[in-house]
Amino acid sequence: MGKRTAAMRTNGMSGHNQLAHHIVGPRVYVVILFALLAGTGLTVWASFIDLGVWNPVIALAIATTKAVLVVLYFMHVRYSSKLTVLTVGAGIFMFLTLISLTLADYISRAWGNW
Amino acid sequence: MPDSPAIAHGAPEPAHEEHPSYLRHHFNSVEQQADTAGFAMWLFLVTEVMFFSGLFTAYLIYRNWYYPAFVAGSHQLDVRWGTLNTLVLIVSSFTMAMGVWCAQTGRRRGLVLCLSLTCLLGLGFLGIKTIEYREKIEKHHVPGFHYSLQSFVDPQSEPEVYSEYHDKPLPPDMARHTELYFSLYFLMTGMHAAHMIIGVGILAFMILRARAGAYTSGHSTYVLNFGLYWHFIDIVWIYLFALLYLISRHQ
Repeated sequence: MGKRTAAMRTNGMSGHNQLAHHIVGPRVYVVILFALLAGTGLTVWASFIDLGVWNPVIALAIATTKAVLVVLYFMHVRYSSKLTVLTVGAGIFMFLTLISLTLADYISRAWGNW
Repeated sequence: MPDSPAIAHGAPEPAHEEHPSYLRHHFNSVEQQADTAGFAMWLFLVTEVMFFSGLFTAYLIYRNWYYPAFVAGSHQLDVRWGTLNTLVLIVSSFTMAMGVWCAQTGRRRGLVLCLSLTCLLGLGFLGIKTIEYREKIEKHHVPGFHYSLQSFVDPQSEPEVYSEYHDKPLPPDMARHTELYFSLYFLMTGMHAAHMIIGVGILAFMILRARAGAYTSGHSTYVLNFGLYWHFIDIVWIYLFALLYLISRHQ
C-alpha cells in the first residue's frame, strides 16, 4: 500500500493513472511462482496431518493467501488504478455479504433444535 | 469501417491528429482505452465470482448437512492427481504472466513461446482431469448414470482406498447422499474445465495472431485482459483443490 501511494505521488495523480500501465517484470513473477509452489506443497503436507477442525481452516487460509498473491501480482492489482482496486474490493465484499447472509439463514432455521 | 457515426452524416472527415491505428475514436487516449477495457474485464470477472460463489455456497451447505457422505465421497479423489493439476495450473499462470510481460515489452518470439506453453499446460490440466473423470465413470460414481453405492456401503471392497482411509461403512440412506457430493464435484470441476477449454481456444487464436506480431507493437490490452481471465481460473482451482481434495482427508 505504501509503495502505491508513494508511486502515485511521483505520478502527480493527474489525468489518467499511469500506474495502470506499470509493467511488472519477470523477477516479481518468478518470486510469486515459487511462493505459490511452496504454498501448494505446504497445504498438501498439512492435509496429511490430523489437525481436527483446523484442517479446513488451514487449507482455506493457505488457499486465500495464494489467491491474494495471484490477484496482487499476476493480476497487477497492487499496481493498478483506484478504480480497479475498488472493483475487486466490491466483488469480494459482495461475495462475503451473499455467503454470510445465506449461511445466517441456514444456521438460524433450526435454531435451538440441534 | 468508420469508428464514429458522425462520419456517416456526409460531413467531410475532420482532419485529426495522428494517432495509433488501434486507438478507437471514442476514446481520448490509448491510456483511457486501456483503462476502460481493463475495467470492463474486471466487471466481467466479478460476475464470474458471483457465478462460482453460488456453487461454493451450495457445496458448503450440503457438506454440513451430509457430512459423512461428503467425507466418504472426497476420499474417492486421488490427492496426487489434484496436486499435480494444481502445480500444472500455477506454472501455466506464471507462463501467462510472462506472456503479458513479453507483449508489454515488444518481445514477439517470447510472447509466442509463453502463450504456447500456457496452452500446452492448459491441455495438460484437461488431460489429467480426463484421467480422473474416467476413473469415476469406471467406478459408477457419475450421478444419474447407474450410480453405485458399493464404495460407501462396503468400503473394504476397494482395498487401495480402504488401506489409506479405513472408512467405516455408511448406512444406505447416508451413502445415497454421496451422489450429491459427486453432483457438485462434476458441476464445479466441469464448469472450471469449461472455462479452461474456452481459455485454451482463445490461447490458440492469440498464438496465431501473436506470430503475425499483433500484440507486440504497443497494443497489448488483449493479452493483458486474457491474462486476468486465466489467472481467475487459476484462483477458482486453488479453492476447488482445497475444498474437494484436501479438507476431508482426516475426518
